[in-house]
Amino acid sequence: MQPQGMNGMAQSNGTISFILNDREVSLSDIAPTTTLLDYLRLERRLTGTKEGCAEGDCGACTVLVGRLAGDALVYESVNACIRFLGSLQATHVVTVEHLAGKDGTLHPVQQAMVDFHGSQCGFCTPGFVMSLYGLWLANDDPSRSDIEKTLQGNLCRCTGYEPIVRAAEAAAKARPSAVFDPITREREAVTARLKALIPAETITIRQGENCLIVPADSDGLAAALADNPGATVAAGCTDVGLWVTKQMRPINPVIFINGIAELQRIEETEAGLTIGAGVTYTAAFSALAKIHPGFGPLINRIGGEQVRNMGTIGGNIANGSPIGDSPPPLIVLDATVTLRSTKGRRTLPLEFFFIAYGKQDRQPGEFVESIFVPRLPAGDLFAAYKVSKRRDEDISALLGAFRLSVEDGVVRSARVAFGGMAATPKRATTVESALIGKPWTEETIHAAQPAFETDYQPLTDWRATSDYRMLAAKNLLMRFFLESGGEPAQLVRYATGER
Amino acid sequence: MDKSTFEERKAIRGEMHAPQRHDSAHKHVAGTADYIDDMPEPAGTLHGALGMTDRAHAEIIAMDLSAVVAVPGVVLVLTAKDMPHSNDISPSHRHDEPVLADGLVQFHGQPAFAVIAETRDIARRAARLAKITYRDLPHVTDILDAVAHGGDLVTQPLILQRGDAEAELEKAPHRLKGSMRIGGQEHFYLEGHIALAIPGEDDEVTVWSSTQHPSEIQHMVSHVLGVPSNAVTVNVRRMGGGFGGKETQGNQFAVLAAVAAKKLKRAVKFRPDRDEDMTATGKRHDFLVDYDVGYDDEGRIHAVHANYAARCGYSSDLSGPVTDRALFHADSSYFYPHVKLTSQPLKTNTVSNTAYRGFGGPQGMLGGERIIEEIAYQLGKDPLEIRKLNFYGEKGSGRDTTPYHQQVEDNIIAQIVAELEESADYQARRRAILDFNRTSRVIRKGIALTPVKFGISFTMTAFNQAGALVHIYQDGSIHLNHGGTEMGQGLYIKVAQVIADSFQVDLDRVRITATTTGKVPNTSATAASSGSDLNGMAAFDAARQIKERLMSFACERWQTTPDNVSFVANHVKIGEELVPFPDFIKQAYMGRIQLSAAGYYKTPKIHWDRATGRGTPFYYFAYGAAVSEVSIDTLTGEYMVDRVDVLHDVGRSLNPAIDLGQIEGGFVQGMGWLTTEELWWDDKGRLRTHAPSTYKIPLASDRPKIFNVRLAEWSSNVEKTIGRSKAVGEPPFMLPISVLEALSMAVASVADYRECPRLDAPATPERVLMAVERLRRA
Repeated sequence: MQPQGMNGMAQSNGTISFILNDREVSLSDIAPTTTLLDYLRLERRLTGTKEGCAEGDCGACTVLVGRLAGDALVYESVNACIRFLGSLQATHVVTVEHLAGKDGTLHPVQQAMVDFHGSQCGFCTPGFVMSLYGLWLANDDPSRSDIEKTLQGNLCRCTGYEPIVRAAEAAAKARPSAVFDPITREREAVTARLKALIPAETITIRQGENCLIVPADSDGLAAALADNPGATVAAGCTDVGLWVTKQMRPINPVIFINGIAELQRIEETEAGLTIGAGVTYTAAFSALAKIHPGFGPLINRIGGEQVRNMGTIGGNIANGSPIGDSPPPLIVLDATVTLRSTKGRRTLPLEFFFIAYGKQDRQPGEFVESIFVPRLPAGDLFAAYKVSKRRDEDISALLGAFRLSVEDGVVRSARVAFGGMAATPKRATTVESALIGKPWTEETIHAAQPAFETDYQPLTDWRATSDYRMLAAKNLLMRFFLESGGEPAQLVRYATGER
Repeated sequence: MDKSTFEERKAIRGEMHAPQRHDSAHKHVAGTADYIDDMPEPAGTLHGALGMTDRAHAEIIAMDLSAVVAVPGVVLVLTAKDMPHSNDISPSHRHDEPVLADGLVQFHGQPAFAVIAETRDIARRAARLAKITYRDLPHVTDILDAVAHGGDLVTQPLILQRGDAEAELEKAPHRLKGSMRIGGQEHFYLEGHIALAIPGEDDEVTVWSSTQHPSEIQHMVSHVLGVPSNAVTVNVRRMGGGFGGKETQGNQFAVLAAVAAKKLKRAVKFRPDRDEDMTATGKRHDFLVDYDVGYDDEGRIHAVHANYAARCGYSSDLSGPVTDRALFHADSSYFYPHVKLTSQPLKTNTVSNTAYRGFGGPQGMLGGERIIEEIAYQLGKDPLEIRKLNFYGEKGSGRDTTPYHQQVEDNIIAQIVAELEESADYQARRRAILDFNRTSRVIRKGIALTPVKFGISFTMTAFNQAGALVHIYQDGSIHLNHGGTEMGQGLYIKVAQVIADSFQVDLDRVRITATTTGKVPNTSATAASSGSDLNGMAAFDAARQIKERLMSFACERWQTTPDNVSFVANHVKIGEELVPFPDFIKQAYMGRIQLSAAGYYKTPKIHWDRATGRGTPFYYFAYGAAVSEVSIDTLTGEYMVDRVDVLHDVGRSLNPAIDLGQIEGGFVQGMGWLTTEELWWDDKGRLRTHAPSTYKIPLASDRPKIFNVRLAEWSSNVEKTIGRSKAVGEPPFMLPISVLEALSMAVASVADYRECPRLDAPATPERVLMAVERLRRA
């Protein structure tokens, strides 16, 4: 059980403490790779949360995790299958068992799912209920696009979703006057309890060869990484989770950085945005979309909501995937990355961070601390286009980012970068050269398109053939041109223009 | 209608034809509906994992399992030699499907051993430590490869013919040939396969299995263990989805769990990881359809000759009946005056393909609809016009005989299509789309109306039988059991409604109980959309027997005649006296009336002679139609479904809420098959789309933006089915053929509709863009 007098005390005793539904849990006997889902199902016998895929793609294991963001207590849907127990310090884990009243009265979200026939086989249903509950807490008048966005990370194979969407709309309106909602009812008390659980010092749990480290701050992270230069630095674990559940790879020792408040800062200045490495996509969305409107629709297509609630831009960069969605737009925007170690900091253009497939310019002991995204000079054009087999919650077949300045009808500068076209996120320098100094016309586009073949030799895999990638890349340049002239050149999902 | 009767019937909750919610809905949403992995495990339960191979086709020279055995916590490793009686789980009884590969690997991932350990995690980790030495053999994964390498078949092909197709093709005013590739599909039930075996006394074993076919699990377990069927009990309360994927594919896991449980005298559970499930279990068959059609200036079909080649995988499984059903539906809704259809069930070094909602029918129909599309583009007409010209005629019109010589006696397709064309405003919208496409440079739209006619019955006539068991206890509560399984489709609630209706009691008086081979024996798979037709009737029969006994009891006890006794709203009415149902039952018990009955049903009328390709394999047909409107981006091939209107025939619905759910859900699942769901094998024969990260089923945001679904409320089954309802599981799956054809029309717009785009399935954004590109260059 929870030791008394936690407030302000150092957690060097090696326990991870969080609230599970209505009771506090302190665990000292956990492996770095123990997932929240296995803990819930195998140890707590909370079997309402299901395993559908064990890779964060189906949402059957969706739970809410409440965390303090500043003084606010924020509840977000996450995939319990790839959430490690060690990353839960000072959080409130809410499972489907927590929703109904003690007398069995269903929560309005649950009741609406019953009334609108939102379940058939029922296996995905608890996950849907939890995602919808997250929406219900945040939004009492969701649009259909809000609902769809909320459900991007939940697969249902039976219903075709229509009844679930109807249930979400009805539930939003159903707010009985009595204090029936467990999170609303307990919000203040939980906030206070979580504050008391915020660690002042690094938590380390060693168990034989296993080692799990939760630094309290970025100094602690730098120190931990200096001591363990080969450690796995894990933030959202939307990729690292699969190393464990699918490849059964050891991630030992692991350093969980998702709770470090310093890494979750977003600072906006006249020059641009500094985004801490621990900022999730969800948290970064509004700030990024504000200064670069082209970024918003893209972020909304990265993973599902659960993945965006866990995954970080820092992690997307640090793991160096050739198909990460954030690097191409950040590269064309001239973003820089700041790395830190006990020896200090260094900042380099993001473009040069990616050296080769699986290789980044990160020295042992270094971690990604922040990303700086400059504003665009007035008049510059910017767009990022993702192409995938399925529109949402899919890994890109290719992703193109474009930035251009045009003066008197002539291209003054051009930056083009793609993901999915090479072993790293990579600029199309030949295409850029074919644009610079030319009139911004359709003829120039046609003349520049063949240059893609110099810049890229894409692969064929299950996401797309090489031919398709090449053709679509060329066509995305045309889309960029047409859109710069105000011509509709991509599908618009909603009448409001929201994509 | 007799209004008084109607009002009395309204007085109970949950009568037949009422829109009832799913019986487990309140448990689904609360997380209290137990799936097998949620059940408390018996003390000492062990966990199994498959040891998978990594060759598509190879001999196993040596298998060194010492590192596997050495892992602490590993209790047992099973290989083919450890199967007590037989290593065979071939559902077709062709002895071509081993439990574990025995010296020969026939697809990439085929299990060659199984590990039993104290935890699932230990078992999974240990399973990766085997050292297997192979001698590689040439492999074929693809249909064309298989044909090129001699075209080995897994089972006997079927030929359907009527008239003289070859001669009429020669004589027809126009003739065209083409081919169409149709992709397979992963079921992606959200609950993967699972089995829990609990050893019993002597040779007994109880198996909880996520299966659509408990009786087959029972037979396979008894066969492999070498014990009689009466030693094996198989239970399933619910599945987290099945869709055909749990008709035969659960055998392996159940058998391995049972073998290990009997050897170790401990409970053993097998729950493969999603990737293992997708790698080691079968999928929908992909097809290559070659068609040759003769037609006239109007577009009327004179003759069709088509070959349906299917990727069956390494064994026969259900590929025979699946490819048969493809041929049964190659006519879609159209009369072919002269026809020859052949199937080609090809052997490939891939996992053995299996049942999947529609069971070959969707692939058959898709070929038929492609033929219509080809004719329309050739003649410059709206495909709908060609469809109407070729629909089967009324009974006796001379245009009502199928390629398998069954008369279509219940044809309502013209009425369905006419009503939908009107209600969906098809003609005006099509004109508007043609206008839009004239001026829109990048975005193009398409619209299509396609029909569905789907034959209902197992084509294996013997499977069309079912049993049910109904008990009434002394307190008047009713226990219902039948051979059908619940996988989300709402079978349990529909059959419970039949019982509530029969006794005129509220639905909550009826307890729905888990399917078990111990209560109702010799059941058929819950498949072929037959669940409520068969089990509903069997339960109705059980209720009838009990009611007859209760009637004679009432007549004797109250000294009256049967016409004075009726079951009304939770009471039995005897003369003017209303006896509450529980009191009446108590009295019946005291009067020594048997309050339990086993019901039975077999579908009448049907017969099928496969050798001659003649018969009446289907009891009746279910009909429907859909109009789909889509937009495509001609720069990337991306698309969205803007609007769908469906009118579907379920006869007189047993439960309109459940049926609408089947239609909406079936539509979106079928749309996934035809759009984003793509199975992709690499050159080593390894399936690379084996998880939701790589295999993309539709999301909420992919569903049609406007989705109007209606039941043809005027329809009533002409055959005497339960409540005159019709089967609903599979037929709606084919409605989204309209999505594929609408995409095709949008593509065709780039070449002014002069050429049929021949858009194959699945129409991924890539296929759409490449079709656009092909048409632009032509």
